Amino acid sequence: MPARKDFQSSSRLKQIMADHFLELDRAAKQGSPKVAWCTSVGPAELLRGMGYLVYFPENHGALLGASRLATDLIPTANAMGYSPDICSYLTSDIGSYLKKVTPLTRAYGIESVPKPDVLVYNTNQCRDVKDWFTWYGREFDVPCIGVVTHREVGRVEEHHIGSIARQIRDLVPVLEEVSGRKLDMDRLKEAVKLSKKCTDLWKSVLDTAANVPSPLTFFDATIHMGPAVVARGTQVAVDYYEELLEELDERVSFGVAAVQGEHVRLYWEGMPIWGKLRNLSELFAGLKTCVAASTYCNSWIFEAMDPEEPFESMARAYLELFIARDEAYKEEYIKDRCEQFHLDGIVYHDAKTCPNNSNSRYGMPDRLSRELGIPALILNGDLNDLRCYSEEQATTNIEAFIEQIVEG
Amino acid sequence: MPQPCFSGIDVGASAVKVVVIDDSGDILGLNVRRSGHDFEASAKASFDAALAAANLDSGDIVRIVSTGYGRRNTLFSDYTRTEIGCHARGCFHYFPRAITVVDIGGQDNKVIKLDDRGRRINFKMNRKCAAGTGAFLEEMANRLSVPLDGLDSLARSAGGEATLGSYCTVFSATEVLEKIRAGTPLADLVKGIFRSVVKRVMEMEPLTGTVVATGGVVAHNPGMVAILEEEIGRPVLVPPHPQCTGALGAALFARDSEE
Ligand code: SF4
Repeated sequence: MPARKDFQSSSRLKQIMADHFLELDRAAKQGSPKVAWCTSVGPAELLRGMGYLVYFPENHGALLGASRLATDLIPTANAMGYSPDICSYLTSDIGSYLKKVTPLTRAYGIESVPKPDVLVYNTNQCRDVKDWFTWYGREFDVPCIGVVTHREVGRVEEHHIGSIARQIRDLVPVLEEVSGRKLDMDRLKEAVKLSKKCTDLWKSVLDTAANVPSPLTFFDATIHMGPAVVARGTQVAVDYYEELLEELDERVSFGVAAVQGEHVRLYWEGMPIWGKLRNLSELFAGLKTCVAASTYCNSWIFEAMDPEEPFESMARAYLELFIARDEAYKEEYIKDRCEQFHLDGIVYHDAKTCPNNSNSRYGMPDRLSRELGIPALILNGDLNDLRCYSEEQATTNIEAFIEQIVEG
Repeated sequence: MPQPCFSGIDVGASAVKVVVIDDSGDILGLNVRRSGHDFEASAKASFDAALAAANLDSGDIVRIVSTGYGRRNTLFSDYTRTEIGCHARGCFHYFPRAITVVDIGGQDNKVIKLDDRGRRINFKMNRKCAAGTGAFLEEMANRLSVPLDGLDSLARSAGGEATLGSYCTVFSATEVLEKIRAGTPLADLVKGIFRSVVKRVMEMEPLTGTVVATGGVVAHNPGMVAILEEEIGRPVLVPPHPQCTGALGAALFARDSEE
């Protein structure tokens, strides 16, 4: 089997991320263009359509986790009254702000994250994002606005869409006031169109992992997801995924495996453990196991986007996401993925501070194992707070799980 | 010609266990000692002692498999297996049918379900907390100033039983102190502590079918097995040398391996 090389697109990826932060830094310093902070599934297309540069605090949260700064910063927010039991993106990000420490300094020579002119949230993922943004709204004395979404949704109905689309429209006057510019519908439609293109390409990228062996692991995807997160609605993201997809297709045609000698294929349900991505990636690879699919990386697939109906389609896309849906929908979703990706087992990451992205707490692992006839493992950990993670126990659990699958 | 022999080494957080078996899986020698801080040295010393007990020398051992918390520290073993696999294998050796294995160790608890061919259906390990493990008992023995090996006889002599409500080791310790102040007899306290360990295990997974209990805590505290039986309303099976089931499982893997 041909040896695995680094992705050629990686250097392009690094450049995109650097450009993103440097552009924001310049804008914040010059006061133009205006900077909007947005939650990961907030109305980024609208913000782009209105000429804002968009900054995503969750992305910064993930960087704090991956750089392992988070665990030192979280206690500062804890001491301010933000409990160790709530979202550790929130606590590490606020801790980072209070202690004036950011991985952006080392990576890009940037002193601090860009100051916001407005903060825009969407609660489709959790309430924590609203509390998080509200904190900064008070701190910077700028408007904090957003969309309050239905949760636990079974079938997505027109009344859901109507309510969310209306809320998105209601953001417009405030955003116009902050930016001093009128909404340009053509520009908005263009952003929605580019978002849709990005989505389709990103989905195709992830789907290449359905090949046996897979050219891509969950751990690779968490890195390559960057442009879909920070550049959704721009041409930059579209170009990147065209390049990456081409590279992956080539790997598939030559049978290049992401994990040498792949013989077990797993699903990862839940958040990444950012500070342990490398360790886990190496552990699984050493066990000849490819984590080929995940819910998390699919969170940036917004299939409903339609430039002809920008508000309604944004509303639908943001609501159709896994995290906002009920258990029955989620179970069907995971079942489909397990079949599509030919998986042998499911690892559920029960993230201590993110119950919203932890689906192992209401009996789903046992139910799905019975129905799919494949075993499940629940790993206790956290996205950013490594105090909640025990390396030794996680390793033993994972090794024992793979032994169980291999022994049949 | 002497028959081939195999060894399993279980380097746990508190104790090292070594088992030497022959080709038919019979135990020829075993040894248990504290893990200490130098896992490699303790494993080697324990291995030598088990060999001596079996009247063998290292040249007689065809293969060694190590397991447990310090499995990677045992550099002289041929390969490693997780303790989950080894406990399952060791228990199935004595009870070859569908069983639910309950292993209560120094640091971890495990519930492992096996089908009638000994294949693992699933397993669960305790969450990252010492409640319900040997470490919890050690802490409580300390609080009560009772030697660890004195707990079992105390629990058996209890006339009544104290109730501990918390699933946190530290809070349980506070509850124990409060009950000491209130004059609860020591034996009743210890029995309550035993029951709290059993309860923590029962919260992990339904204990269905035939239950087999193993692990160091079970080996040293048979009184706990009685409480487990009471809780599930059925007899609980205990293999010979329950503390060494993981090491035995490792030795059986060594015997069965083609490597
Ligand atoms: S979904 Fe979870 S990780 Fe994301 S912001 Fe909300 S609590 Fe934090």
